[in-house]
Amino acid sequence: MRFNPPMDKRAICLVVAVAFGAATTARPQNRTLTEAEISSASRLDALTIPTPGEFFAAMDAAGRPAWSQFVRSGSPATADSRARIALILGTLVADGYVAVEAQDGQAVKNIGKEIIALAKKLNVNQSVLGRAGSINDFAENSDWNALREELEATQNEVKLDMAEQKDDRLVTLVSIGAWIRGIELVSGIVAAAYTPEGAKLLRQPAIADYLVDQIDALPAATREDPLVAKIREGLKTTGALVADPVPGAEQVQQLHSLMKALEDAIAKDTDTP
Amino acid sequence: MNLHAQAFSIFLVLAPAALAQDAAPTPAPAPELPQDVSARSLALEIAGAFTNDGYRIRDGFWPGLAEPGRPQFLEVNLFSGNEYWFSAAATAPARKVGISIFSEDGKPVEYLAFNDGAKAAAGFEPDFSGRYLLRFELLEGEKAPFCVVYSYK
Repeated sequence: MRFNPPMDKRAICLVVAVAFGAATTARPQNRTLTEAEISSASRLDALTIPTPGEFFAAMDAAGRPAWSQFVRSGSPATADSRARIALILGTLVADGYVAVEAQDGQAVKNIGKEIIALAKKLNVNQSVLGRAGSINDFAENSDWNALREELEATQNEVKLDMAEQKDDRLVTLVSIGAWIRGIELVSGIVAAAYTPEGAKLLRQPAIADYLVDQIDALPAATREDPLVAKIREGLKTTGALVADPVPGAEQVQQLHSLMKALEDAIAKDTDTP
Repeated sequence: MNLHAQAFSIFLVLAPAALAQDAAPTPAPAPELPQDVSARSLALEIAGAFTNDGYRIRDGFWPGLAEPGRPQFLEVNLFSGNEYWFSAAATAPARKVGISIFSEDGKPVEYLAFNDGAKAAAGFEPDFSGRYLLRFELLEGEKAPFCVVYSYK
């Protein structure tokens, strides 16, 4: 832990806390949770899965990459299946965050347009479509913090709309697409110049498990889609690669290869008829 | 600015409201908002105090119904290198709430705690990335809606 404030700040903090009837402590006394309590924990898509922006912020703290190298240009491949459109939409959301990190306003605008175009194919409502204007405005003004918030809000609004249309399966697939693209990028950066600090960020076995559980809860027709089935197998393997507190260089390389293959399968439609 | 200093800043932001509340002989009637929205507003009020320090508030939130003697848990996945504040609030008749953080195997972790009646926050810098558990509990008062919001930088 890095809680090492100067004593004067700590003293001021406590005095003010006492004065206002509040309290801060650096080590609250809590007992260990029971198995029943641990297993009762809720999992919410909107909070349990970190956003790509949160992941990339942590990457910046470990050593800011040259994000501009990773900004993707060009339109995504066309897709007919709603499941594949949702997966591509997720990867685009992650690409939007990359463009924000790279502070590339034109790329953000282009990706925003692509996100909205795909959302239209999924029949999302007009309020989501209106976000394209906000993304453009914030990009014009180089308001990167607002863009991060807008990307998250757009993703959540698309998901909410999908849920309202009783298309919850697509919500899962958007999250999976974003996560795969984020891990593919960061594992590639860490694999190219391995550092333990970077590798630590890839330790996300619980997310891989959560996403597998979400796939298992999908309707059979979606679950048995060859692309979705391939992703499920990939996620099962991922859990083992990222279980160590600090994944090693070889594990990171394997993780990157696996995520790249999944990302290519989403982008190129190599497994669906 | 480290987490202790940030905790100090939230006292400064929230203190006028807390003092005004203590000084008033009878509390003003609560605005007629749906209670869960009200709990979210209160939680956002705490989280808002951190935004000046560069924290971003996530768009999602954890709503629920707090009940005495029934703590509730949420799974989150956090990154080493990031700093987090989890801000919680409940509406009346809740009087005191708490939020705490545990590792994935249920062990308590070191974090900063802020409590002010039906508002609370926990600040945390994980040494390791991975799964953590948040515990929200109603410490005093009766069943009431609550909300937890999540900030990071």
